[in-house]
Amino acid sequence: MSEATPASAPAPRRRGLLLLPLGVAVAAGAGFLGMLRGLQTGDYDPKGVPSALLGKPPPEFTLAPLEGAERPGLASADLKGLARPVLVNFFASWCAPCVAEHPFLVKLQRQGVPLLGVAYKDKPADSLAFLKRYGNPYQRIGVDQPGRVAIDWGLYGVPETYLIDRTGVIRWRWAGPLTEEVLQKDLEPLLKRWA
Amino acid sequence: MAKARWILLLCLLLATPALAAIGDPAERLQDPTLEARAEALGRELRCMVCQNQSIEDSDADLARDLRRIVREKITAGASDEQVMRFVHDRYGDFVLLRPPVRAATIILWAMPAIALGGGMLMILAMRRRAAARAAMEPAALSAEERARLDRLARDG
Repeated sequence: MSEATPASAPAPRRRGLLLLPLGVAVAAGAGFLGMLRGLQTGDYDPKGVPSALLGKPPPEFTLAPLEGAERPGLASADLKGLARPVLVNFFASWCAPCVAEHPFLVKLQRQGVPLLGVAYKDKPADSLAFLKRYGNPYQRIGVDQPGRVAIDWGLYGVPETYLIDRTGVIRWRWAGPLTEEVLQKDLEPLLKRWA
Repeated sequence: MAKARWILLLCLLLATPALAAIGDPAERLQDPTLEARAEALGRELRCMVCQNQSIEDSDADLARDLRRIVREKITAGASDEQVMRFVHDRYGDFVLLRPPVRAATIILWAMPAIALGGGMLMILAMRRRAAARAAMEPAALSAEERARLDRLARDG
């Protein structure tokens, strides 16, 4: 009896089919591992959805200055016809990542990058104390206590940083704290590109 | 066992109002038709902070601001399309919990049909193969053949 009955020995093609679920599971596992790795190294950001305002000018707005900061307020008119690209940074005294990114803002300011601040949903006295404590890297500061201008910008939360080129168009948005890596990998090339 | 079931039921009863109570009642509009419209729109909008919740379900600050904006616009007489466009202009496709059908989202939308069609094709293929195998099985012996076989076995 050399003939095998179909029931006892499936054809090789069908046996391959049995391995298919395993293959799918392995592929999915590898995919998730890649995402986790990316989360750790910062290459993959599940919240990294590009801003809807990229390639567009910022919304029209006028924000009052922060009393006692000795800096003018911020309006959309200040973001047009610039000598060089500027960064608009949304911050708040109650936001811990803002404290973490602050040294990098100071560093950028020392390098001569114009920084414009928006104090988001913060009591002016608290914003002022924050800047007194950590230093004020901003040329202008607008106070957005109700957070409505921030929504016109499509803000997710603080800190958030926008790069505006000389013609007044938004070229880059970073949702989250600036880090050394972001400065080197993203910001420096962009500042050169739009200089 | 019965006691555990009662405790579970109690927990569920207590949990439901918590879900429904997100959003201060003071946020709601006086006019129930306008409020219903605002809630329907809010359920279509993603909370960008918590991402898998709509702004109606989320307790995040930004979601509360967006709820308020939706209600302000509706009270001011904006159409549903105008409200949606306002939010979409600022937050892009990602804010829409039902993304628009586009080249980039077609696979997302087509996935249920692809899965269903694929499953049906697989079932069809399996049935066809089973039928082919059944056709290949030798037919049962007829009475005449069986008698002959018996005879051969007996006579050697």
